[in-house]
Amino acid sequence: MLTEFLALFDLHGVGDYLPALMRGAATSLALTFCIILISLPLGLLIALAKLGRSRLLRSCASIYIEVIRGTPALLQLFYIYFVLPSFGIRFDPFVAGVIGLSINYSAYLAEVYRAGIAAVPRGQIEAAKALGMSRRKMLRLIVLPQAIRVVIPPLGNYGISLFKDTSLVSIVTVKELIFTGQIISSTNFQYATVFTIIGAIYLAFSYPSALLVRWLERRMNVGNKAKPIDHGAPDAAVGAP
Amino acid sequence: MIRLEGVNKRFGDHQALEDVSLSVAKGEVLCVVGPSGSGKSTMLRCINHLETVDSGSIYFDEAPVYQNLGNRRRRADSDREVEAIRAKVGMVFQSFNLFSHLSVIENITVAPIHVLGLSLSDATQSAYALLDKVGLRAKADAYPHELSGGQQQRVAIARALAMQPEVMLFDEVTSALDPELVGEVLRVMRTLADEGMTMVVVTHEMGFAREVSDRIVFMAEGRIVEEGHPAAFFAAPQQARTRDFLRSLWERNRQLGGAVSL
Repeated sequence: MLTEFLALFDLHGVGDYLPALMRGAATSLALTFCIILISLPLGLLIALAKLGRSRLLRSCASIYIEVIRGTPALLQLFYIYFVLPSFGIRFDPFVAGVIGLSINYSAYLAEVYRAGIAAVPRGQIEAAKALGMSRRKMLRLIVLPQAIRVVIPPLGNYGISLFKDTSLVSIVTVKELIFTGQIISSTNFQYATVFTIIGAIYLAFSYPSALLVRWLERRMNVGNKAKPIDHGAPDAAVGAP
Repeated sequence: MIRLEGVNKRFGDHQALEDVSLSVAKGEVLCVVGPSGSGKSTMLRCINHLETVDSGSIYFDEAPVYQNLGNRRRRADSDREVEAIRAKVGMVFQSFNLFSHLSVIENITVAPIHVLGLSLSDATQSAYALLDKVGLRAKADAYPHELSGGQQQRVAIARALAMQPEVMLFDEVTSALDPELVGEVLRVMRTLADEGMTMVVVTHEMGFAREVSDRIVFMAEGRIVEEGHPAAFFAAPQQARTRDFLRSLWERNRQLGGAVSL
């Protein structure tokens, strides 16, 4: 079994297509960075809209989140690349991929932010209010700095899964890692070799990133290791009738 | 300075405040006592707009904070007015609520800088003066989780004072503390009272109420049952409900061998 498997490998000609694979990897990374750059702030805006006081903005944010999370990312990419051109809106494949996955990820990240903001204790908000802070100042000075500590690890994990999900963009003919591999292997038929190399490239980025996220998570936990406040039985001092 | 007129507040089926009227004069130290669930904290929170009232009016410096216009119409102040009032009213909470991501000095300076518009150096300078006052200058760079409950509460008092409030509201500020830490917080409050700060103190510390307050208000079931001078209040309560309350405290104190300060 093992020997049969190993026999599938043929490192002949690797040197010829390795540069193309590296270009594909660079494209995958570029996609990841562009999408992170857009979806991180976009997700936060959507989360703030969902938590805000305007009913209109709240419903818009909810609909956005539900629609995006309720449909496949592939479908969203198809829409942008194949349906929008019928309305005269045309993007090149890379831009279409960035827009599609940014929209997709922003909906998920919005929920991460929302959970992080909701995790800020009520007492912190009341204290900020009692000091006369406006909602905006409270958000900027108290709520977001505390929420960020909570959301950094999950955001990191989304970043890693985004790097893998950029392979979806091959469907709109972006020559990222997977699509490049398909092109190469369909001419030299060395499927095992090509896709194993691709797997190794993905791992080479994902695994160190996962370690980094885990390290961050530990660091955040150390920072947050607040002594649990003993709320005790506050009324114990009174002989309540 | 603060005046409540016919304030009602209900949470679902529970009538938290029923026709509460009260006024607090400048420089007065008012202690609010009563069994748990009697609406003491709710009243305090209404003054600071952390709760909205269902009906009735609350005035701060004779300007309405909240006014019931009758006929189910009411006038709630704009956000800006509410914030302006809160900036003048200091509040200290039972659970301290220090900002966990900020150091002690930052906790004290954040609102003066961003709400009052003080410069960093001015705010820091007065923050150190306040830390001296509460005896915690050495902890300026510590984070809240590194402090004991009593220390956290003293920082919380300093944080509220940094806004140079006209009145301080204390919401059961010693109830979450270990007994041996209560004294240090009460000492700070006593100093404030001696300096003439206007204070409304919701408390279970009867010793403090008796010795420090100018007037005591006793609440039960959302109503103000009795109010009076502390000496008269403890020596000769007028209402049966007050006598029951004081008797239960007294019995509890005797069972504990005098451990509860009365």
